[in-house]
Amino acid sequence: MDGLPATGTIVLSLVLAAWSLYATARNRPPDRSHLVGLGLLELAVLGLAVVALVALAGGDRPGEPGAFFGYLVTLVCLPPLAAVLARMEPTRWGSAIVTVVCLVLPVVVVRLQQTWQVTGG
Amino acid sequence: MAERSGGPTTTTDRPTRTTSSGPGRLLVAVYLLFAIAATCRAGLQIVTRFDEAPVAYLLSALAAVIYIVATVGLARGGTGGRRTAWLCCTVELVGVLAVGLTSVLDPALFPDDTVWSGFGSGYGYVPLVLPVLGLIWLARTRRDAQV
Repeated sequence: MDGLPATGTIVLSLVLAAWSLYATARNRPPDRSHLVGLGLLELAVLGLAVVALVALAGGDRPGEPGAFFGYLVTLVCLPPLAAVLARMEPTRWGSAIVTVVCLVLPVVVVRLQQTWQVTGG
Repeated sequence: MAERSGGPTTTTDRPTRTTSSGPGRLLVAVYLLFAIAATCRAGLQIVTRFDEAPVAYLLSALAAVIYIVATVGLARGGTGGRRTAWLCCTVELVGVLAVGLTSVLDPALFPDDTVWSGFGSGYGYVPLVLPVLGLIWLARTRRDAQV
């Protein structure tokens, strides 16, 4: 569950967080680049979900299944949530929303990894 | 427009700052994230291992409900929404301080962590900061909202 997909998602999310923080600091609303970024992030997250499902199909089991699937569902919902809220708020605060969500997302990815690895899976 | 009759409260047509736009929308977004996090956590704890720490898990559930109601209150705005949000933020602040203090002084009472344990240290102390920001935001928008 760790390795490239998770790390890549975290890095992408942090880059997007920095990019939207820059927009917030310049008093700019989120523009197309942020929405494209959120789209890429969603693809990365879905990739992570596919990796998890493949591992499940291969017989691996998460250490805390309930928490794991809770985090996974939350993770998949985060980028669309950020996109919807950002579109509703075409001011610098929309960019701030994207920043916050992109800072929360890596935490969820880390928690996802922890709930997978509890029993050393 | 015809003159409105009766009642001490009159509304004006000038644009008002609502609780749900601008910085308020960011606040609503963060509240929404916490509502989701607290609900998932409480739901999971209660379903899977309620017997281990019923007090802590019921408290998690209470916190989750308060976050949800606060989110709705801030998002809706208006007199009712503002009052609801104000009440929730106050309860949250009292809750996070009380539970934080209790969890430090008497850890045995909370064998498992809640959102509010250690003043919300498990969530980057955001649970401690959030109600304060909420109250500040409600106070700052009040001037415009209640004329």
